[in-house]
Amino acid sequence: MSAVNDVLIITRRQLLLLSRVPEVLIFSTIQPVMFVLLFRYVFGGSIETGQPGGYVQLLMPGIFVQTVAFTLAGTASGLAEDMKKGLIDRFRSLPISQSALVIGRTLGDSLLNIVVLAVMGIAGYIVGWRPSSGIGSVALGFIFLLFFGYALSWVGVLVGLSASDARVVQNVSFIVTFPLTFLSNAFAPTTGMPRALQYFAEWNPVSTMVAACRELFGLENQFGATAGSFPSENPLLTSLIYMVIIMVIFIPLSVRKYRNYAD
Amino acid sequence: MKSVIADGLVKTYDKGKVRALDGLSLDVEEGTVLSVLGPNGAGKTTVVRILTTLLRADSGSATVAGIDVMKNPEKVREVIGLSGQYAAVDEILTGYDNLVMFGELYHLGKKNAVVRANELLERFQLTEAAKRPIKTYSGGMRRRLDLAASLIVKPKVLFLDEPTTGLDPRGRQEMWGVIQELVKGGVTLLLTTQYLEEADQLADDIVVIDTGKVIARGTSDALKKQVGGERLEVVVEQAHIAKTLEIVGAVSGNKASLDEGIRLVSAPVSTGSAALFEVLKSLDAAGIHALDVGLKRPSLDDVFLALTGHVAEEKKAEVEEKKKGRK
Repeated sequence: MSAVNDVLIITRRQLLLLSRVPEVLIFSTIQPVMFVLLFRYVFGGSIETGQPGGYVQLLMPGIFVQTVAFTLAGTASGLAEDMKKGLIDRFRSLPISQSALVIGRTLGDSLLNIVVLAVMGIAGYIVGWRPSSGIGSVALGFIFLLFFGYALSWVGVLVGLSASDARVVQNVSFIVTFPLTFLSNAFAPTTGMPRALQYFAEWNPVSTMVAACRELFGLENQFGATAGSFPSENPLLTSLIYMVIIMVIFIPLSVRKYRNYAD
Repeated sequence: MKSVIADGLVKTYDKGKVRALDGLSLDVEEGTVLSVLGPNGAGKTTVVRILTTLLRADSGSATVAGIDVMKNPEKVREVIGLSGQYAAVDEILTGYDNLVMFGELYHLGKKNAVVRANELLERFQLTEAAKRPIKTYSGGMRRRLDLAASLIVKPKVLFLDEPTTGLDPRGRQEMWGVIQELVKGGVTLLLTTQYLEEADQLADDIVVIDTGKVIARGTSDALKKQVGGERLEVVVEQAHIAKTLEIVGAVSGNKASLDEGIRLVSAPVSTGSAALFEVLKSLDAAGIHALDVGLKRPSLDDVFLALTGHVAEEKKAEVEEKKKGRK
């Protein structure tokens, strides 16, 4: 039980940090809201969707997924920062569960995601986003999003602990997540991409997540590429498999890295 | 009883290319202070990190409070306190928040953690700053808070890795005061430092290390003796130099030397204060008034130079800075 307690203390620490620097929360919310507005009004007018309610219906799931994908960067730079200040040494010299710090960190980052997603949802609603499925399906969609963010947060742990400098972490995470979110069906149909990229976009976990959310929010996924492929036919299942794979690989790797990080 | 024993520790980095520790052994008697003294890169931090379970040695063994560091790291963590080279506290949080959090992580429970935090803040004169974020603290205050965090559960062995590096003279003085208080309270302490004066001030025993090996060990006095005896020094008016050279030479039994610029007459002596007394008597008899007189024992700087063949890093840095300044 004391291990659970340790994790909760670390998670609380992160919430305390957030409450002391509200700017962090404000800026982590402003950025996705800005994306909602930019895409909605810049591309929204020129992308034909044939979707009742227009582009914003297809856009919102895309931006939700993009936002939770950036959890990777948040976790990574947070840990790199702790490492730089010697805090990780201190935590590792305490008689606490050796994975408490990283588990607490990933949970804290997921809690932040709840707030960010809520604000984005409201912003989306204001500019015309209206999920047409039931409340249960919409809730399930958000749970999916949080779970996806949590899985990627563990990739962030490994990136953060492996990097030599907090600024490098920010850049590396950006270079990884940015193309992943754009080489997908998140913002535009993949059918216009070169063939090889289409396949990539098809199997890209971001695409399957976006397709899954569209399904849960009561839309047809019109931005998929080739109909009939496994990921586009089974986006929910494929996304779930991806998340499990990510966690099965990265949780043990990250915990091991944390335990021996100085060697 | 030995509270810390390290035996033949070896640690290499970069696939064996860099030998940070090269068969290092040391021990700390319970209730005493051992200072590990050495220049930058000598391996001081590596020793501390191995003894505090943060790093695994390639070979060798170590125990802290009788517990094997390699086999039972989690047990070791229960009995140690560590304060590293950086103040490892959350800058954004207040001093109070930090201490309560660490208290809870030591499983004191919220209520006791609060009580302990307030006790420590009081003891380290941080009560006034308790509710301010750490980033508003001075360097000395940060270090004191960091030290407080390592004392939350009275540790059996305390490790301080360069506790005053980067502090201004005042901060250093404050920190020394705090550490001396702890030492009076009977804590077992292993302290690393590159400041020779610091080891001299705080430690019972000193281990001098260089390139991952112990090159000398003993009390500060014993180390100084190792380098050579004392010198008797007298400063007099210009007119009395010739006579003084004669007197000092006679007492010493060796030819006295003269530093003309500062009118300092000196010679090696082996009888300590007796020689001093004799010289003063003779000077008095000759009607010479000494402006300054004293016995100079070798400093730890001299010790370091004699042992390693190079000047301690701290001095080197100063010299280099001066050179830069001139350019």
